[in-house]
Amino acid sequence: MIRVELLKLFRRPRTWMTIGLLDALPTVVAILLAVTGIGPRPGQGPAFLSAVLTNGSLFAVAALAIVLPLFLPVAVAVVAGDTVAGEAASGTLRYLLIRPVGRTRLLVAKLVSVFAFVLTAVVVVSGTGYLVGRALLGDQPLSAVAVTSVSGTSLTSGQIAGRTVLAIGYVAFSMLGVAAVALFLSTVTDSALSASMGALAILIGSSLLLTIDASRALQPYLPTRYWLSFIDLFRDPILWRNVLRGVALQGVYVLVLLGAAWANFTTKDVTS
Amino acid sequence: MITTHALTKRFGSLTAVDSIDLDVRPGDIYGFLGANGSGKTTTVRMLLGLVMATSGRIELLGQPVPAAAGRVLDQVGAMVEGPAAYGHLSGRANLGLLDASGSRRARGARRDRTERITQVLEQVGLAGVGRRPVKAYSLGMRQRLGLAAALLRRPRLLVLDEPTNGLDPQGIREIRDLLLRLHAGGTTIFLSSHLLAEVEQLCTRVGVLDRGRLVVQSELADLQAPTGRTLVRTPDAAAALALLDGRVEHRDGETLLVRGGDPAALNALLVGSGIRVRELGPERRTLEQAVLELTGPSSDRVEG
Repeated sequence: MIRVELLKLFRRPRTWMTIGLLDALPTVVAILLAVTGIGPRPGQGPAFLSAVLTNGSLFAVAALAIVLPLFLPVAVAVVAGDTVAGEAASGTLRYLLIRPVGRTRLLVAKLVSVFAFVLTAVVVVSGTGYLVGRALLGDQPLSAVAVTSVSGTSLTSGQIAGRTVLAIGYVAFSMLGVAAVALFLSTVTDSALSASMGALAILIGSSLLLTIDASRALQPYLPTRYWLSFIDLFRDPILWRNVLRGVALQGVYVLVLLGAAWANFTTKDVTS
Repeated sequence: MITTHALTKRFGSLTAVDSIDLDVRPGDIYGFLGANGSGKTTTVRMLLGLVMATSGRIELLGQPVPAAAGRVLDQVGAMVEGPAAYGHLSGRANLGLLDASGSRRARGARRDRTERITQVLEQVGLAGVGRRPVKAYSLGMRQRLGLAAALLRRPRLLVLDEPTNGLDPQGIREIRDLLLRLHAGGTTIFLSSHLLAEVEQLCTRVGVLDRGRLVVQSELADLQAPTGRTLVRTPDAAAALALLDGRVEHRDGETLLVRGGDPAALNALLVGSGIRVRELGPERRTLEQAVLELTGPSSDRVEG
């Protein structure tokens, strides 16, 4: 069943359109930076953009930072929100269930396919970022240049590569939280749009609360609180505190929401 | 094949299906009749484990549903409330995905998948449809594809909800012939419909649902039993009326409705008296009359 779901996902033109659009924004940014040579002042604008002018290989991470606040969550919410609700709306859900595909099995297969999408999207975005960055921005041989970390000290190219992989993993895991919200909502409603929008509303609400001092007591528990903490992976030494908290928090969200999705989906009347 | 005991479904305060006892036997073509909104589709969904019953029991092929749904549903082919497919894929690709879905036990073997798909596409008359995506199919083609999906596993029991919806008269005829062929091959068919003519032409047994209650379940022939009256058409209607004084219940032009269930004796009497007979035969209740007698007003009618 997992194989079937993956086939459905990757044979769908929309999947590749989404990934293509995700790639477009960082590419445009890279072209603008390369043409003008004007980077944001350090400390302003998306993370790493001031650093990439000297070394393009950091653009892999910069690309993630560019799409992370909005584009990537939107893409994940759209795909995850469509999983169950989309099948319900098109009527194919009932034919899958009477095939029969067990409801738990179907949900697990959907979850795996969403995870595959998240991973593909993140890897493609950072991969494109790396290639575009190397081609347009800094094209010094990697070994010759030491990259300056966010803390100001130098990182070797080996360190950068390892930390980039960690960052990709962290961002993917953060997106899994979005996917879990959207998947849960997708089992509640028969409208894929509502599920995606609902998940986005929660994320936007969370981001908004993060900017308000009065909600300080809530902030450590908001789903988007630690998203950008992957920047800490590029400090020297790595500042693990927020990264680990982020992983733990997302883990709790993912478990609780997937549990809720399972409980709801396995007992509900399928009337679509 | 299908047995239910006091099967009931409530949605809030609305009782959609009210304590019905279905009994579909092996070899039946069972016509499940009812107006729109009478609970047909909810019943079908409960039979297939899509909707959970509020109370009552269901047995499908001798196994309890939904508890054993995973074990029995792979011997059941079904079409519920119209066909559905992924619009951007071809019909063949859709069937391929469906065939590959499910547990190891439920899904079809990969080795003869292409062959089986070709076979069902031929059965439903879509063999030449090619690679066109389903979104470019007509309503009738989608209906055929839905039927092909239901047949993919050579089911012992076919549960079909309005299978001829959207088909033209030739298409309806084709599907009817296909169902009869499958039935001759040993498939039991449960056909839910509001088209009385379709059920009358196809089914051996009928159950009639009216506002959630099963008001009758019997052999079709019993419902169409003669009424004990004879219909006569004669150009000499006035003479016949005089001869049969008192036995004629109703006259409409050339047509007389005569009390008495022996057409042969009546014919002899009329001809013996020099009255020409154009047509003569026992009056039978049509399925429509039987159903209308048994059920109340249309349930999607909303009175102020």
